[in-house]
Amino acid sequence: MISSLDPALMEIVLLSLQVSGTALLLSTLIGIPLGAAMGLSRFAGRRLVIALLYTGMGFPPVVVGLFVYLMLSRTGPFGQLNTPLIPDLFTPGAMVVAQTIISFPLVAGFTMAAVMGVDPALKLQVQSLGATRWQTTLSILVEARIGVIVSVIAGFGSIISEVGAVMMVGGNIEGSTRVLTTAIVLETRKGNFDLAIAIGIVLLSISFLTNVAMLRLQGRTFDE
Amino acid sequence: MNDFVYRLQNVTKAYDGRRVLQVDHLKIQRGEVFSLVGPSGAGKSTLLRLLNFLEPPTAGRIRFLDVEFGPNQPVPLRLRRRVTTVFQRPLLLNRSVEANVAYGLGLRGLRDPDDEVAQALRQVGLTDLARQRARTLSGGEAQRVALARAIVLKPDVLLLDEPTANLDPYNVGLIEEIVQELNQTRNVTLVLVTHNVFQAKRLAHRVALMLEGQVVEVADVEGFFESPSDPRTDAFVRGEMVY
Repeated sequence: MISSLDPALMEIVLLSLQVSGTALLLSTLIGIPLGAAMGLSRFAGRRLVIALLYTGMGFPPVVVGLFVYLMLSRTGPFGQLNTPLIPDLFTPGAMVVAQTIISFPLVAGFTMAAVMGVDPALKLQVQSLGATRWQTTLSILVEARIGVIVSVIAGFGSIISEVGAVMMVGGNIEGSTRVLTTAIVLETRKGNFDLAIAIGIVLLSISFLTNVAMLRLQGRTFDE
Repeated sequence: MNDFVYRLQNVTKAYDGRRVLQVDHLKIQRGEVFSLVGPSGAGKSTLLRLLNFLEPPTAGRIRFLDVEFGPNQPVPLRLRRRVTTVFQRPLLLNRSVEANVAYGLGLRGLRDPDDEVAQALRQVGLTDLARQRARTLSGGEAQRVALARAIVLKPDVLLLDEPTANLDPYNVGLIEEIVQELNQTRNVTLVLVTHNVFQAKRLAHRVALMLEGQVVEVADVEGFFESPSDPRTDAFVRGEMVY
């Protein structure tokens, strides 16, 4: 099935990559600036935001799924809006929303820790060399790049392997919202262990290859 | 013509209500080497941060060139970029030596049109190490890279915060020679914070003693060391001040 690139399997693989890739992109766009801001600035209520962020890092996916389900259902606050910006339940869009909520706190939390690990005196040094606020933040993020990449890897890991939330808000509909993890659950329940294992191998391979690609993005950083 | 790069008037700096700096008057002349000496915690580094506009004063006025700033006035970037600091620790970025030296140019959107990075590295004697990663350098080499990184920006004012502390005599001599040349050939104003009174004596035109956040005495180098007017300065230069 894997070697013959079965069309049904390829569809599941592509949807998994599409949903988790989009969610990871959104998580990165939200999480890295948020983590950098939390790590570099001081403001009233920062401790509370950090506590919320850390709580978010440990969110059980199934609870996130429940939350998104209630929000997007027809009787929920967003489900009633009936706008194209808000995805319907049991669509890939709803799965993206759930996965973004699961992974952005991880990206933000690890980015914050990485930024806080950079020598605070370096911030003064780059400012002294003429950096604007934006350039200072960017320079510190580049210095903390190992940690920032780890944050993205952690974010990806949390969603590519996640099953509870996508099952709840996606519904595991064949040809529409079935992804690798929900397909494994389904095939296991049906007793098709060979197929479940094969899909599991595909999932592990994707996870491995994605992580290798991210590490390669770092160039020599990990060899230092 | 304005002969002063800085004029400070009743400048104070406080953290959490605790005052750490109180400078009633201080003028720094264009093209001079001005040294701040004094024990640890005297406020020398705090004063440097104010002079580099890294922090605003809590009160008072700082006149830089022809523009005056107070506690709540942001300093325009173009003015801030005319000053830079070399700190006690080199604080290099995790990049190559030449990338570190080119960093400030990059911030200004400049792409090193005149090969200034190479020139600056030549000036500090590190041409051969241009491609090396900065974190593999010795302490002395790293500090020379930090100096090259400042030189390449052609600042009007170079602030030096204990730049040779913990360095071997060879590197101390080299760095002193480079900053002296900068001052003499490019007329760069230098403000040097040092614990080493001998270094102040070797390099400075004028010296100020700071104690407990205040400037006790400012005098030309000869007067400061030979005939200080304040008994605390006398005790400090004689090495009799215990701190």
